[in-house]
Amino acid sequence: MLRDHALTAFSHKSAPLLALALLAGFAASPAGAQSAVAEGQKLAFDRGKGNCLTCHVIKGGDLPGTIGPELKDIKARFPDRNELVAILFDETRRNPQTMMPPFGRNRILTDKEISAIVDFLQTL
Amino acid sequence: MKARISLLLGSLSAALIAFALASPRVVAADKVDPVADAKAFQNFFFQKFPTVKHEDFVNGPYSVNEDMKRQWKEKEEFPPYEFALDAGKEMFSTPFKNGKTYADCFPNGGIGIRQDYPYFDTREGKVVTLELALNRCREANGEAPYSYVKDEMASLTAYMAFTSRGKPMNIKIPDDPRALEAFENGKRYFYSRRGQMNFSCASCHVQSPGERIRAETLAPALGILNAMPIYRSEWAGMGTTSRRFVTCNSQTRAVPLEPQADEYRDVEYFLSYVANGLPISGPGARP
Ligand code: HEC
Ligand code: HEC
Repeated sequence: MLRDHALTAFSHKSAPLLALALLAGFAASPAGAQSAVAEGQKLAFDRGKGNCLTCHVIKGGDLPGTIGPELKDIKARFPDRNELVAILFDETRRNPQTMMPPFGRNRILTDKEISAIVDFLQTL
Repeated sequence: MKARISLLLGSLSAALIAFALASPRVVAADKVDPVADAKAFQNFFFQKFPTVKHEDFVNGPYSVNEDMKRQWKEKEEFPPYEFALDAGKEMFSTPFKNGKTYADCFPNGGIGIRQDYPYFDTREGKVVTLELALNRCREANGEAPYSYVKDEMASLTAYMAFTSRGKPMNIKIPDDPRALEAFENGKRYFYSRRGQMNFSCASCHVQSPGERIRAETLAPALGILNAMPIYRSEWAGMGTTSRRFVTCNSQTRAVPLEPQADEYRDVEYFLSYVANGLPISGPGARP
């Protein structure tokens, strides 16, 4: 599944560039950072993955639900990206009654996928 | 597998119950008290939606959304469940091969009795739902049982609900420890988180009624079975209580149980009991 995503996300890129981006780490090179954001958006909107639109209004997404708050001004409100990673990994730690699924704890998303989504969130 | 994990989160679901019912007594309950539970359950929704008339809670998502309510009222002029109602009436009066009919299996010939289901059968020691009773009636008369989720079963229950419209839900808990246990079991299932998404039934229908999950408005848990069975455009047809339970579990990536599994019967018992006093409104029509 993860591999499928990587393939579709990068299919427009040449193989050597992909290898370079992977080697360099996503955040390190500007090209990598950009593709992580695109990948993060894709994961966030994908119904089989983040499916964040089920509950959140997110710029650029269709048919959002109303259960969670709109995701905007993220960088100002969460300057520390680790906080976002923690919310995505398991929001029940902050709020035991939350409806937000524990994406990391229950392995709906891998650490890498969560990191890509956080990159995307920081552009909102 | 995950369902079991969520059962372990006892303290967590207790916290959710406390949140949901806003009644410390419920959490402290080492003694099962259905009367107090039902009262707290109803008050929670009455307070959350102070402008909704109490008897309106039986209209699912429409009760808590004005725009949808308008569309629904228009729809009721040509109700999409009419074909099922006609079919159900016809089936109900057609004798089995042995000459008997459904009427022979039920009190009052099966007319106007929907509000009494499910009931706790003290001989069997289990909850008996209307769907189950219908299939047992068929089998006792040498007929093959129907699928629990749609078609004939939905038609029959639609007709039986229709003849009971307006009658207040009237579920009894007999003086039998197993009946109390069934109620408690259903309640526990309803509030336990399960599946990869970690939702309980209450996450959606107690914590978030009236909110939209994608494009769908969530129905409040109070009176949520009074309109069963329902027509859904998404299903392009009718669905029973069994169908809705299975769908809610599988759509949220939890492993659904078999229709009429003991736990589903207990959930139905719990949800129907806490809706006591609210009128039967089935069959229903949904977007
Ligand atoms: C089923 C509902 C649901 C889904 C799906 C969901 N969330 Fe949430 N989210 C919530 C709720 C409700 C809150 C409010 C805080 C709480 O409940 O603890 C929240 C809070 C947040 C917050 C904190 C926002 C703030 O202003 O405090 C972030 C960031 C967030 N979610 C991101 C995401 C991302 C990214 C995804 C998808 C990968 C996602 N959520 C999927 C329900 C959901
Ligand atoms: C993550 C969300 C979610 C969870 C968890 C969930 N449901 Fe639902 N449920 C829905 C949606 C969406 C609908 C369709 C819209 C509506 O009518 O509420 C629905 C509809 C229903 C209906 C029909 C309401 C009507 O009037 O049309 C019943 C009954 C129901 N659910 C029971 C349950 C039970 C019992 C459980 C737990 C086993 C459960 N649900 C868990 C989302 C959920």
